[in-house]
Parts: sequence; structure tokens; C-alpha cells
Amino acid sequence: MNAAAPLATLGRATLAMLGAVGRFTIWLGQVLSHVLRPPFYAREFRNALMQIGYLSLPVVGLTALFTGGALALQIYAGSSRFDAQFAVPQIVAIGVVRELGPVMVGLMIAARVTSSIAAEIATMRVTEQIDALVTLSTHPLKYLAAPRVLAGVVVVPLLVAVGDILGILGGWLVAVTRLDFATHEYLQNTVDFLDATDITSSLVKGAAFGLIATATGCYAGMNAGRGAIGVGRATKSSVVMAAVMVLAANLLLTEMFFSR
Amino acid sequence: MIRLRGITRSFGANRVLAGVDLDVGRGESVVVIGGSGSGKSVLVKCILGLVRPDAGSVLIDGAELRDRHARDAFLARAGVLFQGGALFDSLPVWQNVAFRFLRGPRALPRAQARALAVERLARVGLAADVADRLPAELSGGMQKRVGLARAIAADPEMIFFDEPTTGLDPIMSGVINTLIRSIQREIGATAITITHDMTSVRAIADRVAMLHDGVIRWTGTVAEMDATSDPYVAQFIRGAAEGPIRALR
Ligand SMILES: Nc1ncnc2c1ncn2[C@@H]1O[C@H](COP(=O)(O)OP(=O)(O)O)[C@@H](O)[C@H]1O
Ligand SMILES: [Mg+2]
Repeated sequence: MNAAAPLATLGRATLAMLGAVGRFTIWLGQVLSHVLRPPFYAREFRNALMQIGYLSLPVVGLTALFTGGALALQIYAGSSRFDAQFAVPQIVAIGVVRELGPVMVGLMIAARVTSSIAAEIATMRVTEQIDALVTLSTHPLKYLAAPRVLAGVVVVPLLVAVGDILGILGGWLVAVTRLDFATHEYLQNTVDFLDATDITSSLVKGAAFGLIATATGCYAGMNAGRGAIGVGRATKSSVVMAAVMVLAANLLLTEMFFSR
Repeated sequence: MIRLRGITRSFGANRVLAGVDLDVGRGESVVVIGGSGSGKSVLVKCILGLVRPDAGSVLIDGAELRDRHARDAFLARAGVLFQGGALFDSLPVWQNVAFRFLRGPRALPRAQARALAVERLARVGLAADVADRLPAELSGGMQKRVGLARAIAADPEMIFFDEPTTGLDPIMSGVINTLIRSIQREIGATAITITHDMTSVRAIADRVAMLHDGVIRWTGTVAEMDATSDPYVAQFIRGAAEGPIRALR
């Protein structure tokens, strides 16, 4: 043990992480190139849209509704200390559309979609179904990854839009039933206050999170180890990776859109 | 024609293939025998490019398989049965069998692809009502036969069967042996079959190759196999516990 040992450990860990990031980036580049090159597997794409988009609607809607409601209560409680309760609709709108809507949807998709993609593809890996695809002249990235990633990029912004609307609705429900706001006034304030950048940023975040959630699921599944243990590890690590990356990307995108 | 030269492959410290040389002529049926865990499946995966050999070369009709276009062209003409079946469990049986005909350059109208699948299923002794079931709803032996139907669906010129009769009853084994032989004769396909089943060996082999300790230790015709003095081969075909092949491995 010498004085440089901790440094060496840190160096090795850093290099390993950079290596992992590099491999993932190269892999993602390959997937995106498959998205652009024919053949295009329409049936797999449609299935992915269904799985990622439509079937995620209930969980996304409920989370957004509850969170929007809670947000309205908190903001009312906080702002009443400065006699600023009138700002509840505006702050709820900004909070939901800029941050909470996309992030909640991103995390829900990481939990629901990333895990199921990773487990499904990892199982295919360990039962040699991916090898079988190759022998049937079908590129696994094109058949398995490209349709899912494309579907994620297309459909998660729509989920975010739904989340935004229901989040605001949740805030409004609480505001008119519990906080004595007038229906019309609340919604008018919301609409007047939001501008185009808020909405664009929300949808762009959705697309980025959709990419992250589907790509990490596919990547972890394709690189799964052997046996049931391999499937378990791939699933767990993909969800952790997706959640962390969603939050990091969120910070980056917020910085891009809103910092002056 | 398939030519292997000096194929080696290790997994960590486990040296599975230690320099395999093997030639399989066009239209020839070679059966690879060898104890379980001797690397037969790994060998087939090396030929197919699913496992990258550490060293050595795989030549298909003179072309190096490392070349991507050569490999794509090779796989388009190949039919593979995996040891575990490797059926796509999200697709019904008929879509597994007709996989190549549902997408890509050989796509057919769906009804036609389905009819083709049903016909292939009949050839492996499966009734049409199996077509719409999911692989998970079938017995192991039925899954194996669906895998076989998928492997032969596109009339391959080269077939690779990893233990096609393992898990089947003797009658169904006989059906499958006859099927393999007839496909191989009818379309003049080149076949590499892995098996432990000596009945299969006798039914389908033009030539037998024994894999042991990472190399092809012996090769010859069935008649030569019966007459050989090689103690390894003799022990294997007699199924004896005593002999040079350790029973503990
Ligand atoms: N992907 C892999 N990773 C590690 N070891 C492997 C892998 N595939 C095969 N092996 C090992 O290679 C050896 C030969 O396996 P295999 O070819 O499946 O044997 P068999 O002759 O029964 O088909 C076994 O010891 C197995 O554990
Ligand atoms: Mg095997």
C-alpha cells in the first residue's frame, strides 16, 4: 500500500466509467444508424408504440394528477406567508410544464418501460433468441433496438404532454375545491402565463428521456450475462442507469433552455 | 464447402477449442459426436460467427467468414437449430417458422407465409393447430420440432442441427432422422449435425467426427467407426464408463 494507491483506484474507476460511456455511445450511434436505414420493421414499431405509449398512460396520468394537486397545496402554503397566494396557478404551471411533468414521466418510463425492455431482451439473450435472429439474417439492433428507441423518442413527448395537462388539472382541482380559486380565473392565469419555450422545453425533454429510457433498456438487455442472474442484473442496472441519466439530462436541458 | 482451420477458443481459463480442423464437402452430412461439455455447441457457433474464435479461420466456399458480406450471404443460405430451440417466445409458432418470410427481402403475403409454415410443421410431424400457439405452451419435444421446422423453412443449402433428437421419443427421433436425411438428399444440402444419439449417427452420417479435448480426435465413415480401434471412439459408441474418456467432467 503506498500513498498513490487511492489515486490509482480512482483513476481506474474513472477510466472504466469513461470506457462504459464510450461503448454505450458507439452502440447508440449504431442503433440510430439502423433507425435511418431500411428495412423498417413496422410491426415491431407499432408494438413498441403500444407498449411504451398507450399502456403507460394510466400510470403517467395518475402520477401527474396527484403530484399537480400536492404541488398546488404546497405552493399555497408557502406563498401565503408572503401574501402571494394569487401566484399559485402560475407557479404550478411552470413547475409542472418545465420540470415535474417531464421528470415524473421520465422516471415512470424508466421504471415501467426500461425494466421490461431490459428483462425481455436479456431473456432473449440468455435463451439464444438473439443468436437465432442473427442466423435468420435479421440484425438484432435493427429488429429489437431500433423500433423501441424510435418509439420512445416519438411517444414519450406525447406522454409528457398528457402529464403536463393532467398535472395542471390536478393543481386546478385542488385549487378550486380546497383553496377557493375560481375555475375560470385559475385556467386563464395558467394559459396566459405559459409561453412557447416552456412547452417546447417540456416536449424536448420528453424526447430525450424517451431515448434514454429505451436505449438503456435495450443496451443492458443485449449485454446481459448468462442465466437468470444475468437477466436480473441487466434489469436492475438498466433502471438505475436510466433514472440517473434522466435526471442528469434534465439538469442539462434546463440549463440549455432557461439559464441566461 | 465448409473448411475450418485451427479454430481455438477459450472462456477465461477454460480452453474449449484447441485447434479444430474440419472439412465438410458440398452435400456431405457430417455428424459431430463428443461428450457433453466438450465444446460441440461452441464449435457450431464459431462456424456461424456467433462466437468469435480466438484464432483460426472459417472458410465457406473459399470466403473468409470474418468478411461481413460473406457472412451475410452465408447466413442467408443457412438453417440452424439451436440446442435449446431458441424460439421467439413473443411470436406464435407459425410466425417463428415463417420468420424469414414475414419481413426483409424474402417477405411473402401473410396468408402465404402462414401456409408455408403449416406445411413445414407437417414435415416435422406437427399438426396445423399448433401453428397459433405460443412456444411456451408446447412440450420440449414439440419446441424442438418447431425449431427444426424454422431451420428448414427457407430450404437452406447448409444446415446446422445441435442435438435435433435430444428429448424426443424414439419414434419421433426416427421421423426427424429420416427428415434430416431426406432434406439433405433432396436439396443436396451440406449438413453438420451434433448428436449423442448413436441411432441418429447411423441414420444421417456420411462421416463422423469426434471432438475431444478441444480437437477433432477422429474422423471416418460409420463403417470405419464401427471397426475403429481408437479407444475414445470405441468407448463413446459403446457408452462405457471405463475407458480413456473420464466420466467425471
Ligand atoms: N458464453 C460462454 N461463456 C463461458 N463459458 C462457456 C460459454 N459457452 C460455452 N462455455 C463453456 O464451454 C464448454 C463447452 O460448452 P458446449 O459447447 O455448450 O458443450 P457441448 O459439447 O455439450 O455442446 C463448457 O464448459 C461451457 O461451460
Ligand atoms: Mg451443446
